[in-house]
Amino acid sequence: MKVEFSVNGEPRTVDVPGDKPVLWVVREDLKLTASKFGCGIGQCGACTVLLDGNMTRSCGLPVSAVAGREITTLEGADDAVAKAVRDAWRALDVVQCGYCQSGQMMSAIALLRSNPSPDNAAIDAAMSGNLCRCATYQRIRKAIHQAAGELGGAA
Amino acid sequence: MKRYIDAAAVTASPALSRRRFLTVTTLGGAGFVVGCGQREQAPAAAAVPASAAAEPAPQPISLETLNAFVRIGSDDTVTAVVKHLDKGQGVTTGLPSIVAEEMDADWSQMRFEFAPADAQKYANLFFGVQGTGGSTAIANSWMQYRTAAAGARAMLVDAAAKRWSVPAAEITVAAGVVSHPSGQSARFGELAADAAGESPPDAPTLKAPEDFKLLGTHLRRIDSVAKTDGSAQYTIDTDLPDMKVALVAHSPRFGGRVGAFDATAAQAVEGVSEVVEVPTGVAVIADSFWSARKGRDALKIEWDDSDAELRGTEEILADFRDLATTPGATASDGGDVDATLADASQVVELTFEAPFLAHATMEPMDCVVRLDESGCDIWTGSQLQTVDQQVASAVAGVPLGNVRVNTLFAGGSFGRRAVANSDYIAEAVAVARASRSGAPVKLIWTREDDFTSGHFRPMSLHVMRAGIDAIGQPVGWSHRIVTQSILSGTPFEGLISNGVDPSTVEGAANLPYAVKQLQVDVHTPRIGVPVLWWRSVGHTQNGWVTEVMIDQLAHAAKADPVDYRLGLLETHPRHRAVLQRAAAAANWSAPAPEGRFRGVAVHESFSSFVAQVAEISVDSVGRLKVHRVFCAVDCGFAINPDVVRAQMEGGIGMGLGAFLREGVTFSEGQVLSNNYHLYRPLRINEMPEVEVYIVNSGEAPTGVGEPGLPPIAPAVTNAIFAATGQLITTLPLGDQLSAG
Ligand code: FES
Ligand code: FES
Repeated sequence: MKVEFSVNGEPRTVDVPGDKPVLWVVREDLKLTASKFGCGIGQCGACTVLLDGNMTRSCGLPVSAVAGREITTLEGADDAVAKAVRDAWRALDVVQCGYCQSGQMMSAIALLRSNPSPDNAAIDAAMSGNLCRCATYQRIRKAIHQAAGELGGAA
Repeated sequence: MKRYIDAAAVTASPALSRRRFLTVTTLGGAGFVVGCGQREQAPAAAAVPASAAAEPAPQPISLETLNAFVRIGSDDTVTAVVKHLDKGQGVTTGLPSIVAEEMDADWSQMRFEFAPADAQKYANLFFGVQGTGGSTAIANSWMQYRTAAAGARAMLVDAAAKRWSVPAAEITVAAGVVSHPSGQSARFGELAADAAGESPPDAPTLKAPEDFKLLGTHLRRIDSVAKTDGSAQYTIDTDLPDMKVALVAHSPRFGGRVGAFDATAAQAVEGVSEVVEVPTGVAVIADSFWSARKGRDALKIEWDDSDAELRGTEEILADFRDLATTPGATASDGGDVDATLADASQVVELTFEAPFLAHATMEPMDCVVRLDESGCDIWTGSQLQTVDQQVASAVAGVPLGNVRVNTLFAGGSFGRRAVANSDYIAEAVAVARASRSGAPVKLIWTREDDFTSGHFRPMSLHVMRAGIDAIGQPVGWSHRIVTQSILSGTPFEGLISNGVDPSTVEGAANLPYAVKQLQVDVHTPRIGVPVLWWRSVGHTQNGWVTEVMIDQLAHAAKADPVDYRLGLLETHPRHRAVLQRAAAAANWSAPAPEGRFRGVAVHESFSSFVAQVAEISVDSVGRLKVHRVFCAVDCGFAINPDVVRAQMEGGIGMGLGAFLREGVTFSEGQVLSNNYHLYRPLRINEMPEVEVYIVNSGEAPTGVGEPGLPPIAPAVTNAIFAATGQLITTLPLGDQLSAG
């Protein structure tokens, strides 16, 4: 089926099976590969994108459900929050294998938009759906605090 | 992996001395011969900038190859050719930093690219084949990359000396600029073409460590930029013209085979182009993952289980217990330990059980294959390039020299991508070969495939008895291990000696403590479950059981756990130093904070030494919280202290997750835990605060990928004992504390 929606601010039209998950549409049809496949069942967060600004796992989201809506992937995340998150991730060298990190950063961006100065408990609550097998968690926490500080929230 | 693959290196390839190394790299490979002045287009996608601020190049860039490890671009970039896989451990930063140091380059000009498969030039010097593992990437490359970089620097200096007609000895190099006191200066890029025409020096002078400017400091990871903007390329991101996606239906039981199958419904799924049988199952080839997935779901397959492993973990464990009643192959001969223990003033007897574990890398196994008249191209996070190349050659029916392995970032490995039979790579090649379309194929394992198709850390049973004398000194220690051999049935089988696979007893047969009689023996029954090295290999379980046992001896001796260990480590200064550092950081000599309890462990693996103190609490309903971990590591010279810290944090997080909840269980030969809702690694809310202290012993650098993991499980086990008096001897912890 033909589905029209917006990705990273641009209108896109794809002609794919309506049940194809948004993850595979952005990766295969739109060639945006930052969002990763980790589990396919909403358990790991590697596929996290923003849907109308809200954190969403894209691996179980049929493309037919996003007609007319706005998807943001890491490639298109470029507002002040995203920039602060990216800068903090780099400054603290959060990444190891890096595979989970697009999902981590999208969850962090969504968190900071709704809570500009999260404490550790709020970070843990917001980020516990994102697995990192390399266990970069300590640096993720620090990077979120650092980005919050950069944005003017209490670090 | 290092120790036993060391032995393989002796027979598999001539040892490469430093002198011989220069000969090999300068004469061995036509493509890289120094001085040929060959110009190539910069592999822009592979060369990742060290700094986000790097300027885009205004004109086509030429790359001069100074030797197998160093290329200099006309845009002034220096590319370190990285012979190892980067699966997160930071080798794409570590090796370029060694090159930058010896060349006196500026960190911002450094790039990297992964080396092609070429055992002649890029073998792991400890293995004799090209591969990454055993925490050896820096250790084996240290002198090799320093020498190559110092040689490249000398060639730049010689080129400048000729251009300016000045003596080479008067030339200095700093931050990527070659200068002469007369005022002449040139950047590397300006000298590269001339330098490529210079002869490499026989024995370039290496810097004295006290002159290091970059090594030992916190250099930013080169891969941080690409891994935070989505541009880093993993296997799963590979996209080739006309490429298809394949999923393979595997037998639900190890050793099962396809009996019969009906592909009618699968073929009817929109987007499915072919269904083909391969040795490992039935492959559905489609134009997208989603179509392949739906096609695979629609397959009807009858499996032939006549050769399959039909036992569950309970039955296998019962067999282990039977075996443990008889002596196994001797790894350490302690003499008549039974007699000694009969005379001991106290004897501690413990039986430990550790489960199968999954690597559970975030990127599931995947591989892209293109077969055409030119041969076979493979794109994957190859961890044993030489083996993968050989296996692909055999499966594809293509001469070895026409198999090109393109190594990409791996979304984790922890040992999983170093497989003697290259399982998923062989499968991908088999699918490409079976396909009638001739299109390139991307094989993707789903998470369920990844969890159920094997290669696990082996399950193990440990029967231990140790005795102390009247003053608390250990007099005899007996440790019987029952576990599967990782090496058995692989090309590394020759390293099994006298029935002992060294990976089963590492960290046990070389117990560092002064114990008068050390008896270690091992049974390695054959089981139809594929097993593999898992981050720190035998140390994962042997570090746990030995460090819990020694703690129990300290308890029996009414001694402080740190003091007791120190007293038995007099001939092991590096163990002592990390133990003392971690204890000091944790303020061990003072009581733990109110409501908190501490446990300690120290373990050597892969020639690095790590001690950890875990600070925990257990609440009234048995909920464990690990609050802080104080970790001290001696990995010789720490070339990038921040990467060392990151690897300690990662090892602790992964090891803690395994301790808490991880275990692969089978029922009637089928894996039950098939996705992350049932196999549950550590999550952020469980990550303790980790403080890492680097103890500089002044030794040459050794690995950090694995050694941070073994101490966490025993440190937490010992802390739980201190908190509750309950001794955990079966992993994972699960709900054992609330059940008690
Ligand atoms: S891939 Fe979507 S949550 Fe794991
Ligand atoms: S960085 Fe490897 S899984 Fe998170």
